[in-house]
Amino acid sequence: MHMTSRFILALLSASLAGIGVAAAQTEIKVGVISTMSGPDAQPGDQMNKGIDLYVKTHAKDLPPGVKVTLIYRDDTGANPDIAKRLATELVTREHVNFIAGVVWSPNASAIAPVATEAKVPFIDMNAAAAPIPRLSPYIIRDSFTLWQVAGPIGEWAAKQGWKKGYTAVTDYPPGYDAEGGFTQSFEKGGGKVIDKVRMAFPTEDFSPFIQRIKDSKPDVTFIFVPAGKKATAVMKAWNDLGLKQAGITLVTTQDVMLDEELPNMTAVGNGIVSSGTYSAAATRPANQVFLNAWNAAYGDKAIPDFLSVQGWDGMDAIYTVIKQTGGKFDGDQAMKILTNWKTDASPRGPISINPATRDIIENVYIRRGEMVNGKLQNVEFDTIPNVKDPWKEANPPK
Amino acid sequence: MTTSRQTDVVARFSRRHRLHPLEALPWLLIVVSFFLFPDYLALGAQILATTLFGLSVDLVLGYAGIVTLGHAAFFGMGAYTAGYLAAHGVGAPVVGMIAAMAMAGAVGFLSGLIILRAQGLSILMLTLVVCVMLQEAANKATSITGGADGLQGMEVAPVLDLFRFDLYGKTAYWYAAIVLFLGWLVARTLVHSPFGRSLTGIRENVARMRAIGTPVFGRLLTIYTISAAMAGAAGALIAETTQLVALNAISVDLSGVILVMVIFGGVGRLYGAFVGVPLYMIAQDRFSEIDPTYWYFWIGLLLVIVVMFARGGVLGLMELLWQRLPRRRVR
Amino acid sequence: MDSALSAAISIAFHGTAFAMVLYLVSVGLSVTMGLMGFVNLAHGVFAVAGGYFMTTLIFGLGIPFYLAVPLAVLAVALLSVPLERFLYRPLYGASDLDQVLMTMGLVFMSVAVGKYFWGPTAQPFYPPTALSGQLEFGLRSFPAYRSFLIGSGAVLVTLLWLGLDRTRFGAQIRAAVDNRRMAQSVGINTSRLFTLAFALGSALAALGGSLGAEIMAISPSYALDHLVYFLIVVAVGGLGTIRGPFVAALLLGVSDTAFKYLLPEFGAFFIYALTMAVLLWRPRGLFGQA
Repeated sequence: MHMTSRFILALLSASLAGIGVAAAQTEIKVGVISTMSGPDAQPGDQMNKGIDLYVKTHAKDLPPGVKVTLIYRDDTGANPDIAKRLATELVTREHVNFIAGVVWSPNASAIAPVATEAKVPFIDMNAAAAPIPRLSPYIIRDSFTLWQVAGPIGEWAAKQGWKKGYTAVTDYPPGYDAEGGFTQSFEKGGGKVIDKVRMAFPTEDFSPFIQRIKDSKPDVTFIFVPAGKKATAVMKAWNDLGLKQAGITLVTTQDVMLDEELPNMTAVGNGIVSSGTYSAAATRPANQVFLNAWNAAYGDKAIPDFLSVQGWDGMDAIYTVIKQTGGKFDGDQAMKILTNWKTDASPRGPISINPATRDIIENVYIRRGEMVNGKLQNVEFDTIPNVKDPWKEANPPK
Repeated sequence: MTTSRQTDVVARFSRRHRLHPLEALPWLLIVVSFFLFPDYLALGAQILATTLFGLSVDLVLGYAGIVTLGHAAFFGMGAYTAGYLAAHGVGAPVVGMIAAMAMAGAVGFLSGLIILRAQGLSILMLTLVVCVMLQEAANKATSITGGADGLQGMEVAPVLDLFRFDLYGKTAYWYAAIVLFLGWLVARTLVHSPFGRSLTGIRENVARMRAIGTPVFGRLLTIYTISAAMAGAAGALIAETTQLVALNAISVDLSGVILVMVIFGGVGRLYGAFVGVPLYMIAQDRFSEIDPTYWYFWIGLLLVIVVMFARGGVLGLMELLWQRLPRRRVR
Repeated sequence: MDSALSAAISIAFHGTAFAMVLYLVSVGLSVTMGLMGFVNLAHGVFAVAGGYFMTTLIFGLGIPFYLAVPLAVLAVALLSVPLERFLYRPLYGASDLDQVLMTMGLVFMSVAVGKYFWGPTAQPFYPPTALSGQLEFGLRSFPAYRSFLIGSGAVLVTLLWLGLDRTRFGAQIRAAVDNRRMAQSVGINTSRLFTLAFALGSALAALGGSLGAEIMAISPSYALDHLVYFLIVVAVGGLGTIRGPFVAALLLGVSDTAFKYLLPEFGAFFIYALTMAVLLWRPRGLFGQA
């Protein structure tokens, strides 16, 4: 009798504990909509790596009994209808707590109404069109807008005393934003953009456009093309046509002086000044920590870029919500925390979300391509702190 | 072939193609799927709309023999028309659909006038070029189309003022199913009519058709226009059920994919799109969930395997298997 | 005046260099599609394979450029043999559409394979030192590698013309395509002939892909990205000819570059309008036979 009752008691308490554990086991699901196939998979790949790395290295930060599950979906490119359907499915089928990711602006715009209707926070980790956070009260963005990033380089160019500027951007909305951002601050600083060109999206050989620039003889040229092989092609054309020798300086943004493309550029990228929110060569301690984890996970040859850091930081915001609520929250509570989120521990330096716009406030760095230990790197030499998106400042909501 | 054997074949052909019980299968599946897969209705609506698109391609490809790599031009024109109207106060879906069909049909008629005299590789390239140029135009005309960011501000009203488009996709599903049904009726009637048979004749032997006095160009232009209008309806469906339109609706990529889907299903048998589109889209959806990074490989492998085993796509494969079954009747 | 002339020379030069890369890759497609009547939409796969092998040999194994290119071409030609035997040959009699389906399947697979082995980023490529930098011609300088590309294109078109238009091999292929049974009955081994022709087409594609890596970057989606351009070149040039794609590539490459220079806003439009005009005027292409 004695043994049996103790046995029953043990069994009972064990099962109660089991039920208790099962009840306490909270699964936070993050639906990541990324681009993993097709011609435009490169940025998606970098962003995913940053997300995965954060989750892998911060498991111990989670409250006890809470686990995070990432659910990846492929939008295969700038396909807003697919993105919208994926977001809908993530919300209705998988019941995710967060939607995250999204490389392309049209996709983010399409997802916004889904976030609103389902009351699920959407952490935009890249899509850079300026109005996006306004499309839903459930959006925060931790990436950037081209106005934010292109403005400082225009200001810097004007400060160098250059008077005649030229802009060449790819013919799509981020290009227009970059063109606007540069032109506005360059002309405010005393310069004049004498001509501009918008280059068709599929262009692979930029020689005719670079030739046009050479013929116009500006002091400085601002070029913006999507990150990736187009950027390398532009630099090659710039080099081949001898524009540096002709006395024309090239300035650009981090999309062209893309960290993982630098090994392909070497001599061509040497001396090129660009503005950006993140350089893999940054020396701040938070970046060292990030790089060590990155290289340990992905090998020495793998180089992170701003997309990777945006993925990393976005997950940090999500983890902040989890930690502050113990894993129990609804969409509105999460948004309250996200809207006021800030951190000094980002590889980019101090970043924060602007509660008024739900967009990011971050430092923008001016960097120069320099050979460091035989490798081309973006070396930061100037900082414009806490830049807000100028487009939203200039265009208040109606 | 003698004349009497020809009429014999034709007579058996028309007898055989009265309504066959198997033809109810797709509709049965559509109704049943609504109840079996309540979480997949958004995908279902997209599959139904794309099937209508595929049907329009099969009409010109399988029946008239025009290989087109540019049919998304009409799909996209339809989508943008419906989208533009919805963004400018005309949100009634049925109105948008009719306008879309008219617009797409007009574009089909005009482009057909220009290009349908060509043949072979040329006509393929010409359809492609028309599509690419329209895609470029849509990209540039940002004030009308929203450019690369997509058409913003669409406000689609409830269908017939009664059925609102909900988050789960119920209205979208039935709306798409009904439009597909109507499109199927049109296609089936066309295909089994003398007009449809003359198209098959044109596909098989143009010279002979000309010799017996068939107005070949006129027939081709007619089917091309009808097909364009149908594609436009499919585009309007997608626009109205997803409430957005972007450049991918008018792209060469889409033209290529729909072509592959229809060939995969089996051309010229009316049901190629009904088989090929859902199979392809479901396979794509499953593969990309299982292997988000490399699903392209599995889709490609599927295509290669189907071709290697049978000509004529999945329907051809099914026909092959059907013929292998033991026969009770002597033919 | 002087700057206008200078710009014109620059356009002609860069346009021709781009055209040569297009030609190098597309001529192989003219061979398989024209001489063999096979709709090979997977042609770009052989081109990008050549590019991948070349960059792997150069950057992975340290093999110099002049050796890496022929090795890459040879590797692709050898690889094409089993592909032809097991995937293409069964479909020689099949409809165009079935050929489209199979080759599109190959294209999709190649995108995933490229990404799996080499990652989604474009492969690095620098020309060898002897071919980089600028070539000085008095007051003007031209990028050396692009000059090399132009030279290679010219040499190739000559070799091909001599090799195919003027030899028995070429005649045999044409005979076999026109009437396979007839050709077999006069003792031509058509199976082996087709394998050789296919290998030749693939080798040419690989040559174009590897040499052209400077202008058309080697990335997993290469075969998809450039399919339209390759098709335009062979359609405008005329299937089954050697000169056709050469002239078409020149026409397209130079006008594309010129339009982008003169009217950048509408640059893309003009190429397609030009293609349409040519095809409506000459449906068989500029040099196609009726």
